[in-house]
Parts: sequence; C-alpha cells; structure tokens
Amino acid sequence: MDKLLLSNIRNARKLLHENYITPKDLLNSCLTQAKDTNHLNAYITLTEDEGNKQAKQSLERYQKKEATSKLDGIPIAIKDNFCTANIKTTCASKMLENFVPTYNATVYEKLLNAGAVLVGKTNLDQFAMGSGTIDSIYDSTKNAWGYTEDDYYIAGGSSGGSAVAVATGSCFAALGSDTGGSTRNPASYCGVVGLKPTYGLVSRLGLIPLVNSMDVPGILTRTVDDCVLILNTIAGHDPKDSTTLTKPYKEILLPSSGKLSVKGLKIGIPKEYHCKNLDKEVLDTWNDVAKLLDENGAVVKEISMVNTEHSIVCYSILNQCEVASNMARYDGIEFGLRADENSSTEKLYATSRSHGFNEVVRNRILTGNYFLLTKNYEKYFNQALKVRRLISNDFYKAWEDVQVLLTPTTLSTAPKYKDFVKKTNRDQCAMQDFCTQPANMAGVPAISIPIKLSKKGLPISLQIMGRNLSEPMILALAKYIENIVKFPGVK
Amino acid sequence: MYWIHLIKRNIVYSNRQYSKQVSNKWKSVVGLEVHAQISSNSKLFSGSSNEFASPVNNNVSLFDCSIPGTLPVLNKKCVEAGIKTAIALNCKVSPVSMFDRKHYFYADIPAGYQITQQRAPLALEGNLEFQVFTPGIHKKPYTVNAKIKQIQLEQDSGKSLHEDDRSLVDLNRAGAPLMELVFDPDLSDGEEAAALIKELVIILQRIGTCSCKMEEGALRVDANISIHKPGEPLGVRTEVKNIGSIRGVAGAIKYEIKRQIKVLESGGRIVNETRAWEATSKTTLPMRDKEQQQDYRYMPEPNLPPLHVAIGPIKNGCVNVDEIEKQIPELPSGTRTRLIDDFGLQLQQSIILVNNPILLNMFEEAVKGSTNYQLLANLLINELLTIVNKNNMDLENILVDGKTFSEIASLINDNQINKNTAKLIINEVITGDLKSPAEIIEKNNWIQISDVAQIEKICTNILNENKDIVEQYKKGKTKVFNSLMGKVANNSKQMINMALVPEIMKKLLSKM
Repeated sequence: MDKLLLSNIRNARKLLHENYITPKDLLNSCLTQAKDTNHLNAYITLTEDEGNKQAKQSLERYQKKEATSKLDGIPIAIKDNFCTANIKTTCASKMLENFVPTYNATVYEKLLNAGAVLVGKTNLDQFAMGSGTIDSIYDSTKNAWGYTEDDYYIAGGSSGGSAVAVATGSCFAALGSDTGGSTRNPASYCGVVGLKPTYGLVSRLGLIPLVNSMDVPGILTRTVDDCVLILNTIAGHDPKDSTTLTKPYKEILLPSSGKLSVKGLKIGIPKEYHCKNLDKEVLDTWNDVAKLLDENGAVVKEISMVNTEHSIVCYSILNQCEVASNMARYDGIEFGLRADENSSTEKLYATSRSHGFNEVVRNRILTGNYFLLTKNYEKYFNQALKVRRLISNDFYKAWEDVQVLLTPTTLSTAPKYKDFVKKTNRDQCAMQDFCTQPANMAGVPAISIPIKLSKKGLPISLQIMGRNLSEPMILALAKYIENIVKFPGVK
Repeated sequence: MYWIHLIKRNIVYSNRQYSKQVSNKWKSVVGLEVHAQISSNSKLFSGSSNEFASPVNNNVSLFDCSIPGTLPVLNKKCVEAGIKTAIALNCKVSPVSMFDRKHYFYADIPAGYQITQQRAPLALEGNLEFQVFTPGIHKKPYTVNAKIKQIQLEQDSGKSLHEDDRSLVDLNRAGAPLMELVFDPDLSDGEEAAALIKELVIILQRIGTCSCKMEEGALRVDANISIHKPGEPLGVRTEVKNIGSIRGVAGAIKYEIKRQIKVLESGGRIVNETRAWEATSKTTLPMRDKEQQQDYRYMPEPNLPPLHVAIGPIKNGCVNVDEIEKQIPELPSGTRTRLIDDFGLQLQQSIILVNNPILLNMFEEAVKGSTNYQLLANLLINELLTIVNKNNMDLENILVDGKTFSEIASLINDNQINKNTAKLIINEVITGDLKSPAEIIEKNNWIQISDVAQIEKICTNILNENKDIVEQYKKGKTKVFNSLMGKVANNSKQMINMALVPEIMKKLLSKM
C-alpha cells in the first residue's frame, strides 16, 4: 500500500476500478500516512468525516459501474485558503481560526463533482503571505527531505503543507495557490510537480485572495500526468469569477513519454535569471538540462528579459497594495475574530485586527495603505503597474524568439529553518520569489519540476514558462524532462 | 465624488433673469451630486434581491457581507439602466469604463471599501436643461442648463442602527446599485436646485431607471454650496448631505446660503465641512468630521475586467448603447414643447403639467375628447388642483380620469353648465361620485339656465327685491350694475348662464 501511496493517480484509479482496493481503503491509508508524518505538520485539518462520506459515495459509484471520472475515489488535499463548505478554512490565521464557510470554492466543487475525496486542509503562511510555511498559527511545516528530529529544512511556501502532503503520499494531488510562486516554490523544495496555470484559466471563486490580479489556484502532484488530470478537472470558465476566460477549455491530452519529442522546440534561457544569489548546484542543473534538451534536438538559446530585476520590487508594491485592500474586510463585524471591545466601533476594528493578524500581515497592510495614499499613488502603485506592463512586454518579446523559457524555480535548495528565519519575511520573499513572480506579473503559465537531488540530498527543480494558455506545451516539455531525469521521490 | 470648484460657469443665460444675487454683496454657487438607486431586481454585483423594505438582513448574499473568497459579478441590467440614464442626460457613454475600490472603515460597508467608478466612469460630459418656475416665487419661468461631469455606477452601503449601548447593521441595502450623477456647480440657489431635481426625477421615472421615491431613499441629494462677492473667486464650499425631498433641497440650500452670509458678515469664516439637513427644524448642522481629510486610497478593482459597451462602430460589448438609445421615450422637455406647439398651452402650463405626471396623463387623455385645450388645462391646473388641495387629498388617490374632464369641457362649450358648476362636478367626482358629469348634473339639477324667459323672470325678481339699488342706478350710479349681476348669480345658485344676463338686465332696467 505504501508503494501505491507514492505512485500516481492512474495506478490508484486502476486498482479502484479493478476492485483491489476501495476508495475508503485508499482514504484510510492516506489518513494513516498523514498521521504517521504528523511531525512534518502538513495539515491544519484532517477531514476524516467528510472524506469518509465522499469515499462511501465513490464506492457506490464503483459498485454501480458509474465511476467514470478519472479522479473518482482519489484522495486529495486542499490548501487552507480555499473555502470548503462546513469545513473550517483558517488561512492559518487567528482571524479566521473559527471561520466555517457555507460555500465551496469552485475548484473544490469541481474536484468533488469528479469524485475526488478530501483528506484534509493543508498548512500555509498566514493568508498565504510568505515563502516558507513558517508563519502559521499552527506552527511551521517541515520538509520531508533531510528531516531529522532536531533539525529540518523548510518546505517552502506558502503552499508548503500541500507540497509536503503530496511528497509524502498522504494524498495524490493537492491544490495550492500561486501569487508570486507559492505553489512552485514549495514544489521545488519538496521535489514535486507544481503548476501555476495561466491567469484566468482556473476560477478563483472561494480562494481567499492575496493579490487578486495575480492569484491563481496551483496544482501540486508527483507526476506531470497527474497534474494534467487535475488541471483538466478544475480549469474552465466560471460565471462567478469575471476574470476567468470565457473561451471553452479544451482538455489536455499528453502523448506517452516515448512519443514525446523536443525536436525543433525553441527554448529560451533568459540570462537575467542568472542572478547573483543563484546557487552553483542549481546553475549546473539548469545548464545540464539545457544541454540535454539541446542534444535532443531542441533549439536552446540565450535571450534577454531586461526588466526582470525590477520585477520583484514592483511585485512587492502591488502585493502590499492589494493586501491592504483585501484585508479591509476583516473588521470583526460579519465574520472572523471579534475582539472583546465595546468602547467604540473604531476600537473594535483596531483590536480585532491587531489580534487577528500577525506582524507580516499587519506590515503589508500598513505599507500598502501608504502606497495607496493619494499623494503616493502615482509614485508607487501606478509606477509599479507601468513596470508590470514592461515585464509583460519582456515576455511578449521573448515569444517572438522562443516558445518556452527554462529557468530555475528557486535560487537554491531548501534552506534550513534556522537559517531561513535569520532574514525577515520580506527579505526572504524578495529572494525566494525572484524567479517565480514574473510569471504572475505577466499572467503566463509556469511549472516547476524536480530534476535531481543535490549533494546534500535535497531536490533541485527547474521552471518552464510559456505564453498564455500554452499549458499543453509546457506540460509536454515537463513530461519529457521528467521521463529523462527520473527524479527519485521521497523514500 | 470630486466637485471641482474651478470649472468656469458657462450657463446659457438667454432666458435667465439675471437677478440671482442673493443680496447686493453676495453671489451663491450651488452644485449637486445625486445618488439614484437603480430599479433592478438584483444588486449591482450579486444575485440577492434589491427589494425595498424586506425583513432585516434578508437580501444579503455571501458577497454582500464580504465573505472571504467571494467575487463581484456585474449586473447587466444595471449597466443598461446607467446607460439609458446617460443617454437621457445627453452624456457621452464611455466605450470602456472601469471600477475602482474606495476605501473607508464603516460598519455598514462590509468589505472596507465601496466599488465605484472613480477614474473611468460609465459616462461623461452631459447636461440637463430645465425650467425654473416655482409659482409664488418666480413670476415667469426661465431656463437653466446644468452640466453633468460624470455618471458612475457604484454600490450602496448598508444601514447602521444605533441604540444606546449597541449598534446593529442591516445589510439589505449593501451592494444595491446606485448611479451617482455629478453636476457641475452651475446653479445659483435652492429653487434652481429643486427644479433640477424635479426635472431629473421625471426623466428617471419616464425611462424607468429609478423609482425616485425620495422617502425610501431611492434618490438622495448632496448639495455643495458656496458664496462669494461678485468679481471675486469662489468661496469655500460646504456640503449638505443626504437631502431627502425636493422641497428639502430648496430649503437646505436657502438656509445654507443665509447661514454663510451671516457667518461672513459677522467676520467669521466658512470651513469646508459636511453638514446635515434637519428637515424638522429647517437648519443644517455639522456632521461627524470623518469626512475631513479622509484619503480613500482608490485602487482599480482587480476582480472586474474593464466594462466594454457596444457603441457605434464598436460591436462587441456587455450591452448595446445604440439599442438602448432606441428605447428612450419622450422626455419632459419634449413634452413641454409638444404641449405648447400642439395644444397652444403657455410655458407655465406646460411646466406644471409635466411636473405633475398624473395631471399630464389626464390632460393627454382629455384632449382626445375635447379640443378646447386651454379650458382643459385650466380645469386641471386651476380647478382640480385647488379642489384637491382644499379637500386635503392627494392626486394619486383620486379616482378620476381625463375623460371626465373632456366631458366637463364639452358641457361648458355647449353652454350646458358654467365654470362654477364645473367646480361642483369636480368636487363630486373626486369625493367619490362615480357617475358621469352629465349624470351628476341631471341628479343635482345643475343644468345651466339659458332660457331667456326664465332668466328674465329671475332678473325681474331681483330688480323688484332691490328697489333701492335700481334707484341708484337710475340716478346714474351705473357701478351698482355689477352688484345686481352678483345677486342674480347667487340667486340662481350660480346655475344661470351669466353670459346672457347683462343684456337682459339692461333691457329690463331701461323699461323701469
């Protein structure tokens, strides 16, 4: 069973179909695995009751031979910033510690309709603000790789819980969210596949927002094929999210790896991603894979994306402005934490908000509001929007030359917790998100895939980016690389 | 929201009596901002009902109470209403408009921001030309043209209810669709402002985009008021918020102008502040100073893509402006012109009829049955309105139609009754007599006496009873003739055809 848990969705589906196992068995194994890896703290809530109900319904469908979906009975996990009806959705915050939504995020609803079974809600940085999954009121999530009882590496973030859950086999796939790299960063550190789809391809309804104009639901899986299965399930127009594309979604069907070829594929290596903090081992891996692709017939060429270095600063400004705005609703009136404070409405707001948010959130709110002041708007927010346009243009220009981009996902392998916390959340984000946030600024799809283990035995991953809606291409290339590098996975 | 004070006044003064200086020393400048609730079934960005007076917190969707993860979805019907309004007010509809967030903390604004259109509103640069004529204040009507800066769509707020020890929030209104109409400061007093609002109400009711029930808060007026000396720059303005009736608009502005003059003349200075109109005491009072130096930290609403509308050569959009334009009915200015051109009414009459849709309806119905248009207008404007007021009734509640008036007019024309009897009939009809005028006359025996022999008999009786007056007349005091006429009229309970009386009377007198 343990072997199955670290296998892929197709295998599990086959066993379910052939009645070797029941959805309930599979769920229980996942739950057991989650409990066995409890020390890694991937989950905030295990949804045993809900999951068992769903597994039972799945079993009935299998018995009636009505289980047609490729995800029927497959255990999944969801980051705890997606609303799940009757299941608390905390955003790892004091503010929403007891928040139980009455509705489902569209992506969760779609997974349920496809017969998926919920294992639990995974840990994150408070309101997804972070890149380590260490700023959670439920404590930090720990990377499975290189874990020892007295020392551990961070899982990356903010979707660290989802990445660890997938890496350790307590679910077959997990949803994360990706605003500046929150899906790809932990995928990179935990050695799993992490996809950030094109902005507008997947509904954000029910995703508690960080930066509305950049947030996308992300997908974490152990294989590229699994990622495709999940994407095919959750993508598509949602009338309740006006920013989703109305064009009907066409299911992606990838050929078997043997039939994939990179002959003639134009791959760009943007030199600006070779920044000063880039780890030697990551750089070598990047070069190796580029060389490998070149040898297999791809046209690999260096290109320039001149505005890359300005991206992170502007990302940070836009992020804080939208955060300031989005967080305004947490006033303790309609939902969420309400302080015991009756002297005035203003006092009630202030006390609720200072108790409900951690320092990171409070700082971003303060800074964002500063940037949005009438006197600062042009200087900061509008300027950042202009640079955002330049970043997008860099991508458009790149697509004139190449079809996809190959870059590192993270500048290094996972840092140790004690090293990571030496820097502030803000400084960490500025470094951690360097390679990932440009895709969010431009809205383009990006995927992180694990390539190999470092000398210390930690995953090294690379990122592939493509033009808007080029998911079929970047997923195909990811699958091609996956098949060649044969990344080992957690033992 | 921004009321720009620097815009030069550029009114067409052609018809305006240029006597708007409130005193020799001061001139007043008034600009209006109007919030009109759109008559739609559901809210601006959510599917919950937009019905007035629903049970507390009944019309509240997850989005309306700002539950995390919910997103706005623009209501197409509200866009249509906004555009219809924009066209009716001669605005330029923007092919692309955008939504912004306006931030402030208030318990009845659950998200901590209001979604509005600050930077790129739905429509720009319109104008509203209207007649200013308040009987008793203005001798004759004059025209004012107020420019419209912009029309924007935005969310309404909820309502806070304060008790001694606690506050409660009703979110039924939160997220209800509003059109904000920002007028340039082209007005000079409260009467002009009231006339503008009256005209606006009629337009919005005709195109059906707002109920304009001010008592329900469906139309709310903010007035910006300043005074200055002629030739000097405009003064510091104050804003009077949420005025809830048309007479309130006139009263609040009148009061505020007087107050400002008093302050300045006693050596004080006007502070830029928000004031509230207290309808009962007829005064304005300073409001909470939360408005002072509030920075709304506007930001584009990232969850709503730019709003594209199809207009002219642009064929793709959420709604089609050209199609909406075709749905615009005759507007009040058109009706006034038609009343004057087709029926020969005076401007005053046309204003009163247009300002009173019920009267206008009756008129339009009555002209189908009688061509004596002046008489009809008189009956409606003078007689009916006077009697309704005398009886303390409301025009809305009376059961009388235009046909009744065309019948009355015909009866007068045919000398069956005189105007006095007409009044009696109107009185009968509005107090619930459902018979036709002819039947009422019959029943009450109110047929006009036009029979010469009968009139002679009445006149002879009067002359016999008033020998002394006759004596005076004979002595050359011919003025007393009128007194005899009056006695004839009274004696016959006003039923006599007075047109025939003078001749008969003179004839009888000459024989005496």
